[in-house]
Amino acid sequence: MESAKELFFKMADDLLIFGHRNSEWTGLGPILEEDIAFSSMAQDKIGHAQAIYQILHEMGEADSDALAFNRPSSAFRNCQFVELPNGEYDFSMVRHFLFDHADQQRFEMLATSAFEPIAKVARKIKGEIKYHVFHADTWLVKLSQANEESKARMQSALNEAWNYALGIFEEGDFESDLRSKGIFEGEAALKARWMDKISPIIEKAGLRIPDESTWNPVLGGRKGYHSDHLDPLVLEMGEVFRLDPGAEW
Amino acid sequence: MYGNAYIDPNENPVSSGKGPSILEGEDPVLLAEFEARIQRGEKIEPKDWMPREYRKQLIRMIEQHAHSEIIGALPEGTWITRAPGFKRKLALMAKVQDEVGHAQLLYSAAETLGKSREDMINDLITGKSKYSNVFNYPAYTWADACIIAWLIDAGAIINQVANAKGSYGPYCRALDRICTEESFHLKYGHDNVVTLATGTPVQRKMVQEALNRWWPPIMHFFGPSDKISSHTEILMRWKVKMASNDDMRQQFLNMYVPKIWDLGLTVPDTNLRKNEETTDPDWDEFKRVINGGGPCNAERLAVRRDAEERGRWVRNALKAGSAKYVVPLA
Repeated sequence: MESAKELFFKMADDLLIFGHRNSEWTGLGPILEEDIAFSSMAQDKIGHAQAIYQILHEMGEADSDALAFNRPSSAFRNCQFVELPNGEYDFSMVRHFLFDHADQQRFEMLATSAFEPIAKVARKIKGEIKYHVFHADTWLVKLSQANEESKARMQSALNEAWNYALGIFEEGDFESDLRSKGIFEGEAALKARWMDKISPIIEKAGLRIPDESTWNPVLGGRKGYHSDHLDPLVLEMGEVFRLDPGAEW
Repeated sequence: MYGNAYIDPNENPVSSGKGPSILEGEDPVLLAEFEARIQRGEKIEPKDWMPREYRKQLIRMIEQHAHSEIIGALPEGTWITRAPGFKRKLALMAKVQDEVGHAQLLYSAAETLGKSREDMINDLITGKSKYSNVFNYPAYTWADACIIAWLIDAGAIINQVANAKGSYGPYCRALDRICTEESFHLKYGHDNVVTLATGTPVQRKMVQEALNRWWPPIMHFFGPSDKISSHTEILMRWKVKMASNDDMRQQFLNMYVPKIWDLGLTVPDTNLRKNEETTDPDWDEFKRVINGGGPCNAERLAVRRDAEERGRWVRNALKAGSAKYVVPLA
């Protein structure tokens, strides 16, 4: 089941790294309510990552703590989009919007997967992501329409995020295998669903998706090639755990 | 946590001496009725009449408590990204999220007394309002975060359980909710400390060193010894101040020193004996730190100021948006 493992590793790594980044807003949000919202979503994401690492563990990989806290950054298969620093709230919000819509569609597709363990997890997670998407949609539209500064910031963040977001859909080596086994319809299908979902909301917000001629997906993450931002994150995340990986913490 | 809303006896501005009485100008009939209600155990609500000094002290206490929650999220928050393992990472995230939620509850309670959240946060970042002194110390290791979660939260619970029996309705109700959550934090902190104290030699050393570092700030946590003045008598009669700082400190020692010893850890105060002479906390150190000279005062406020500055455009956008209601899309 190498094909399924590849899919699950990239999903779990995306969620862990994205959740970790969300958690970095703790104590620093623009208003207390948003501090709490990002912390809450971070807990969900990290919980989802753990559930998928658990499936990998049941498929013969190490346990979830070892997979998350004791692998080198080169072993991570997350897209580069999620490893980028939070930047300002505009970038964090646009990333939250773009990533969570893709995440929601991915779990929608997996809810009917022929691989029952992931289908079961997807059906549960779907119910939680609904609220993440609701939060992102509300804020995207609100901030994009409030005043000149906020609108300019949101458009600029969307431009900055776009090619990274396209990197979410970097294809793996097993796309046709996953399709033929009924496990997952594949990244191309996911991207199409994602475009259908986000386009009207971006339009409603009064923002523009960058011109297609400029599209240039940032790839590499799914093969273990990362930006300079991932290694410090992974080292920090495992700093205490690696003091003694055999100890109970 | 985290906040301890004690009244610093050195800071009473108009209490004693030859200055005007804190009750000067108050209507004696209204004042008598107010005191009678408190005597009967009734709660005072936002629209009720209250003496100026009552309002002023409550704003100061609740605000200080709220500030402590958000500043306290900083030393603990730095360990969310380093917490060892899913269980600890998720639990610490939830805990710190609770603390920020407590700030939200408390700012709302203080707002009922007439000071806006924005004004309170401005007073925090300009250094005008205080917050709990313990957060001016650094959390060097994972074990520091564990000691904070256990013992600082334990201290806060003692303070908050006392204050929850006070007279101001909105503050009491906020504290009731907060104390329920705090009891989980205490269990979380205790579980962490037990794990380290019964773990490998490296873990045991780490937790003992953290305890040694945090002991003096914990002793300072409840505030300086109270002088009995006419002012504190009035505040106790009004159920603003519910217990003396020394009584709360003693209650903490009675409850937690045996638990610390049970874990095979030691308390760094070698003169500590129950009912015998003890070493008084170093109050010069306390004054130096609370007035800005601690290891982290500047850093904590700088981080908070930076967060406020970076978030300003978001808050402005929220204000501007009132003309354009957006129907949620999902």
